[in-house]
Amino acid sequence: MIELGKYAGAVIGAYGLSLALLGGLIWQTLAANARARRDLERQENRG
Amino acid sequence: MSIWEYANPVKFMRTSGAALPWVVAGAAVCTVTGLVWGFLTPEDYRQGSTVKIVFLHVPAAMMAINIWVMMLVASLIWLIRRHHVSALAAKAAAPIGAVMTLIGLITGAVWGQPMWGTWWEWDPRLTSFLILLLFYIGYIALWSAVEDPDSAADLTGVLCLVGSVFALLSRYAVFFWNQGLHQGASLSVQPGERMSAVYRYPLYLTMLGFGLLFLALLLIRTRTEIRRRRLAALQAREMRA
Repeated sequence: MIELGKYAGAVIGAYGLSLALLGGLIWQTLAANARARRDLERQENRG
Repeated sequence: MSIWEYANPVKFMRTSGAALPWVVAGAAVCTVTGLVWGFLTPEDYRQGSTVKIVFLHVPAAMMAINIWVMMLVASLIWLIRRHHVSALAAKAAAPIGAVMTLIGLITGAVWGQPMWGTWWEWDPRLTSFLILLLFYIGYIALWSAVEDPDSAADLTGVLCLVGSVFALLSRYAVFFWNQGLHQGASLSVQPGERMSAVYRYPLYLTMLGFGLLFLALLLIRTRTEIRRRRLAALQAREMRA
């Protein structure tokens, strides 16, 4: 077990918030890309 | 072969599609390894375990500034040469830069509280970073507010030029004013001021990881923007027919 001492809250909080923000950014990027690809394919198949 | 060939959307999609798996793999390996390695480093004798925050704070802050510089270059290419891919790349980079700036500010506040005794101080670097975040938000909002994409690219390009002052200011603020709380460069080349190798090497790795993560997200988001632009063009053509 990693010993973080009296600053455990600060370290875990910084990592938790940062990873949540990065995870959200990655998820939003992939979701928007998948949606754009699907919409474009649908439009091209119509034409 | 000229670099301007990549301004062609078809060429960009083909090349970025081939490069993307490698960039994603590199970003994942470097970021995860660097952060885990950084998290496992020993406590600093003065800062205790808060030193581990450096592995998020420094790469995020570095990318916050560098992404704006990349947007500046892309905006200048758009304004001078009118290459659409460069305008779309600048647009695609902005949300990544905003998140990096936010991470830099949040980790700085969480780190500052135990070390400086305050979450926030109107210090030159902190203040210029907050203004940089506001510029990122304004830039994203301006893209959304203007309907015509070329006009939006023009206006955001000019905003990017203005915001570059603050991007550079946030990089060099600690040298302009000496009254701030924030320290100077974390990775000094001076041997006496150098960070210990125990922390320096995982920090290099996370910096590389964040750089590759940005590149991966930038390529995906630019591809998304190109697809959206093509979709809009096809829909407009269908409406006219």
